[in-house]
Amino acid sequence: MQEENDDILEQITSSEYKYGFVTDIEADEAPKGLSEDTVRFISAKKNEPAWMLEYRLKAYRHWLTMEEPQWSNVEFPSINYQDIIYYSAPKQKIAPDSLDDIDPELRKTFEKLGISLNEQKRLTGVAVDAVIDSVSVATTFKEELSKVGVIFCSMSEAIQEHPELIKKYLGSVVPATDNYFTALNSAVFSDGSFCFIPKGVRCPMELSTYFRINAANTGQFERTLIVAEDEAYVSYLEGCTAPMRDENQLHAAVVEIVAMERAEVKYSTVQNWYPGDKEGKGGIYNFVTKRGICAGAHAKISWTQVETGSSITWKYPSVILKGDNSIGEFYSVAVTNNFQQADTGTKMIHLGKNTKSRIVSKGISAGKSQNSYRGLVSVSKKASNARNYSQCDSLLLGDKCGAHTFPYIEVKNNTAIVEHEATTSKIGEDQIFYCNQRGIDTETAVALIINGFAKEVMNQLPMEFAVEAQKLLAISLEGSVG
Amino acid sequence: MLKINHLQARIEEKEILKGINLDIKPGEIHAIMGPNGSGKSTLASVLAGRSDYEVTGGSVEFMGKDLLELSPEDRAKEGLFLAFQYPVEIPGVSTTNFIKSAVNEKRKYLGQEPLDAAQFLRTMKEKMKLVEIDQSLLSRSLNEGFSGGEKKRNEIFQMAMLEPKLAILDETDSGLDIDALRIVANGVNQLRNKDNAFLVVTHYQRLLDYIVPDFVHVLYKGRIVRSGTKELAKELEEKGYDFIKAEVDQELA
Ligand SMILES: Nc1ncnc2c1ncn2[C@@H]1O[C@H](COP(=O)(O)OP(=O)(O)OP(=O)(O)O)[C@@H](O)[C@H]1O
Ligand SMILES: [Mg+2]
Repeated sequence: MQEENDDILEQITSSEYKYGFVTDIEADEAPKGLSEDTVRFISAKKNEPAWMLEYRLKAYRHWLTMEEPQWSNVEFPSINYQDIIYYSAPKQKIAPDSLDDIDPELRKTFEKLGISLNEQKRLTGVAVDAVIDSVSVATTFKEELSKVGVIFCSMSEAIQEHPELIKKYLGSVVPATDNYFTALNSAVFSDGSFCFIPKGVRCPMELSTYFRINAANTGQFERTLIVAEDEAYVSYLEGCTAPMRDENQLHAAVVEIVAMERAEVKYSTVQNWYPGDKEGKGGIYNFVTKRGICAGAHAKISWTQVETGSSITWKYPSVILKGDNSIGEFYSVAVTNNFQQADTGTKMIHLGKNTKSRIVSKGISAGKSQNSYRGLVSVSKKASNARNYSQCDSLLLGDKCGAHTFPYIEVKNNTAIVEHEATTSKIGEDQIFYCNQRGIDTETAVALIINGFAKEVMNQLPMEFAVEAQKLLAISLEGSVG
Repeated sequence: MLKINHLQARIEEKEILKGINLDIKPGEIHAIMGPNGSGKSTLASVLAGRSDYEVTGGSVEFMGKDLLELSPEDRAKEGLFLAFQYPVEIPGVSTTNFIKSAVNEKRKYLGQEPLDAAQFLRTMKEKMKLVEIDQSLLSRSLNEGFSGGEKKRNEIFQMAMLEPKLAILDETDSGLDIDALRIVANGVNQLRNKDNAFLVVTHYQRLLDYIVPDFVHVLYKGRIVRSGTKELAKELEEKGYDFIKAEVDQELA
């Protein structure tokens, strides 16, 4: 019976990554390896002003003094930072003026990814920025957005066009010196997205960025910055995929969010980087620093993530609750299969009075994967009446995988109420049989059960992405119970 | 409709069904009784296709097909329904959505269009009345936190929605209060027609006052050792199993 169950699990966990194609696009690349010259090369490629180059060099010099962190519950062969290409841009004959000018190969890539850069999205009302390897290749809806004062463009463009905003906010939430990977990112980041929602504006559409690593041996170091002024609102979505390659590729992004008084930022991620093959070969190392600050009173930042990809994920989207009465939320579904390792969670740093945070983490493990939740809830001395509620649930498919929960709590104010609940369960053979007996095949049954398990988080996603995310969950576990 | 021929099955080396013979025709209701552990649920599970059990001999024909060759989901879609003795909980999956998936999977199998939201709702309303089940129960997660009786009633509701050709009710009456028992029985009687059949596993004659069986069988030590009419159930109610056990054990010895 156990064996049979394992067989079934074997089958569902053995499905293939569906975004693993490579697009044949000529690329403009930096020579392999990292040095001051690499940093200068990137900055020069982008025609950056001197202050930006200075920022990068400072970060690089600091990085040299740091050591790669070793503390999380993951294992991997060490990364050779001299063996990575730090800048790769798809070659385009001319800079695209409009979407029609985009290289047809690139267009095809996006079609395969299910992203249409034109009319389709116009209908659903989502503005898209697409980043391939190191550069942003297309941003849609700029004009419509600029009418209401919303800036949504690539980071490179923002550095050129809005230097005062970038100088003010870049690194203000995540300093270059924060950790090993933020220092690296600050030195070599090549592109990303910038959003600015001015005071009192509700962004009229969802903003979204798609990241894709295409070229071999490249790292992707993108940088996202979102600023919402007083009473502004924006919902932002990020999606990512990469081709199947035998070697591991590094993705070390930084995302910063600033929410001023009564502003609200909802940041949703559907992360589907290539997870490696069934034997654990290849895949993306996803070492990302995401942090938001509720700078003003009554501000709200909400992180929602659906993590299905990458061979290793290290990621703790955090909220600094500085403004009084501000709210931080973290909703996460992390799926690991085969040999994937995920160490993810959040940090909620309560500094202001009456601040609230809510953490809902759902880990699904299959195959021989390891899935850890690591979270910190910290309440400072001055943060009176802080509230936190955390719930961490793990679902296991089979008995070769692992789920771990590491909740850290630091409370320095005794008016705080911090609650933590955790559960671990298994998809039971009896649940699957029950579905079968009602005419539902096993694959559909598993999808049904995991979507039920993850429902609370999925409900947080913008409608048009929730359906995609549900399918993605099912696909990631296809073959693991069967 | 269902022809069971010398069916044998085991679990983990333990022989449980030791040659079952049973013939069920359209329009009939058969009751199976028997002491605890005699193999009643095992028989139900084997017919439904649970993979823990290994069929070691015999054959089963269902609607002219070799039942044992079909996957559990195909058996269901061919019209075999099992009301579980212990219905399973599935957190986060609403009962309504679950039943909708089940209904539409079956329709797909039969080459029919899926029901749209309005049609589904209409059918649901109708069947809800039949088993007097509440809407609020159906919007909750499947069986999660349902009382014992609510779970059983939900099984009968699903049966009503799926309109099976053969429904196996495994102790659906256990844990029901008097009113619920009457409601469940009523539901069965209304769903009953000349083309479908029921196999009712029960310990109590009481249920058979409401759902009147054409045949009553006694299962003991993995065999059907007595078959009769509803009078047999009455006799068992009075005398218990001892007299049958004694006779059978003597025959076996
Ligand atoms: N997984 C298993 N491993 C070993 N023995 C089992 C297993 N499942 C069932 N059995 C045994 O098979 C026998 C028949 O069980 P079954 O559930 O079919 O009985 P039943 O007639 O339905 O009893 P009840 O009236 O108590 O519901 C019992 O002795 C039971 O202990
Ligand atoms: Mg039983």
